[in-house]
Amino acid sequence: MDPINSIANWLEGLFTGWGLAPWLVNLILTGLGIVVLSTVALIVAIVCVWIERKVVARFQDRLGPNRLGPFGLVQPFADILKLLLKEDITPTGVDKIPYNISPIIALATVLILWGIIPLTPTVLGSDINVGVLFIVAMGAISTLGIIMAGWACNNKYALLGAFRMVAQMVSYEVPMVIALMIPVILASSMGIHQIVESQSVWYIFVVPLAALIFLISSQAELGRGPFDLAEAESEIVAGFHIEYSGMKFGMFYAGELLHAFTVGALFASLFLGGWSGPFVEQVPMLGVVYLFTKALFIYWVIMWIKYSLPRLRIDHMLSFNWKFLTPLALALLMVVALTHKLLSNTDPWVYVLSMLVANIAVGWIALSLARRRAIIERKKFEENRALARPAESAAAAPTS
Amino acid sequence: MTAVQIIFLLVAAATLGAGLLVVTAHNLIHAALWLVVSLFGIAVLYVLLNAGFLAVAQVVIYIGAIAILVIFAIMLTRKVAADSGPQTNSNWGWGAALAAALFGALFWIFQGWPGINTALQPLSESQDTVVQLGQALLAPDEYLLVFEVASVLLLAALIGSIMIARVRKDS
Repeated sequence: MDPINSIANWLEGLFTGWGLAPWLVNLILTGLGIVVLSTVALIVAIVCVWIERKVVARFQDRLGPNRLGPFGLVQPFADILKLLLKEDITPTGVDKIPYNISPIIALATVLILWGIIPLTPTVLGSDINVGVLFIVAMGAISTLGIIMAGWACNNKYALLGAFRMVAQMVSYEVPMVIALMIPVILASSMGIHQIVESQSVWYIFVVPLAALIFLISSQAELGRGPFDLAEAESEIVAGFHIEYSGMKFGMFYAGELLHAFTVGALFASLFLGGWSGPFVEQVPMLGVVYLFTKALFIYWVIMWIKYSLPRLRIDHMLSFNWKFLTPLALALLMVVALTHKLLSNTDPWVYVLSMLVANIAVGWIALSLARRRAIIERKKFEENRALARPAESAAAAPTS
Repeated sequence: MTAVQIIFLLVAAATLGAGLLVVTAHNLIHAALWLVVSLFGIAVLYVLLNAGFLAVAQVVIYIGAIAILVIFAIMLTRKVAADSGPQTNSNWGWGAALAAALFGALFWIFQGWPGINTALQPLSESQDTVVQLGQALLAPDEYLLVFEVASVLLLAALIGSIMIARVRKDS
């Protein structure tokens, strides 16, 4: 028995002993669970601020926060105090209600995702049978929050940023949904809990290409570099949250950082076995440690990509999605579904190895097609390049 | 009254109220945002009916795609986002009469339907509605033909939009 369920059972016995009705006990316990889970997630967000600043500093050959407390650990709390004490400015001409709702939506759609991530074999918020689609649905609502923020601000740059962000999120949702379908096929369930439980072999070794597509499209959903055109400083200042100050900006910021960590946790649950690891059957609370370690690793990979790659141009970003990623994801979905149907009754090792080979083959074919296309495009460009060339006679003149 | 009934009444009232505001709001963007609230209310009603898949699909398709598209269309259309002009045109009486007739007809049909008064049976834990829905959609003796026809219709719409948006090389 893990401590969280023991506490829940003890509280349930206590409340029932007081003579409360069962539905009221259930309501109180659910409410408590929501408060505890979102508090933990928000504390994780505070830690994420420190991790993000430290890691980006290392990628840029700096030290990062190092003055307040050991290793600058108190710095995020100072940041929060500063954000709380800042004057809350509401610019003229804003649309009040959407302006104030959108930071809440930005943070809430991320927090709510923690409700379906299984933390240990026994502790999870809600085991809904459409968990994978729920992730997509929350992404859809966060898109709405961004467009509301961009429009309500009465600022052209904010609107442009929101347009870019929404175009990006709506487009990259497509390969993301298709990539999410692949673990669903392998586990024969849309519930995250069942997907974690059925990973006797981590899905990243079975379908590495699907994991890669999911990572790329989540990076775009997060609006992190190289897909950070929504907040391209040199073009549109800060994007959709340009007019927000104080804690309202803080909510966008915390939402973004927590979203990156949440994507790490989702990736870990879908492809890296979630809470599974040694001794997790005996000590269920170890599952949290494993899940958070895997999630932090993916979070680090996301930062690694963000701080290493330059920003894409918007047409490149869109054509990469529609002309490469989406067809690739569709082809992979068909190949995986066929392989799964043909080989699901064979030896597990044969099954895993053929899945792996099929994935690598699809990826290799896609890359070689893209390479051939790139050679053709480059040749076309080189032929028509407007270069100043010396005229034939002029070049010949000095030698004579 | 059980808790579910209270939630149902609240959500239904919110959905209808938001629906009313969609047609009465002066600002078109506000109307679109109220439409989102109304669609979300429908999703909550699906959850109350234990139809989780339909609820999530409602959010993904109607809020994530259609509402966003509506908002984009309003923003890209010149000057309609400003608060101006009358709320109704000369045909509002016909519209109201049609809506009332539609409501009356639906009300009459549901009055005669025996299912309206039967209490809902709770689903057992072992029933996976998603699996049943998937099998029903793809079974040849159930809804496979309808499903495929709907897919072809969507494909035709997709190709049509590409044809309209295509840049012709010769012109």
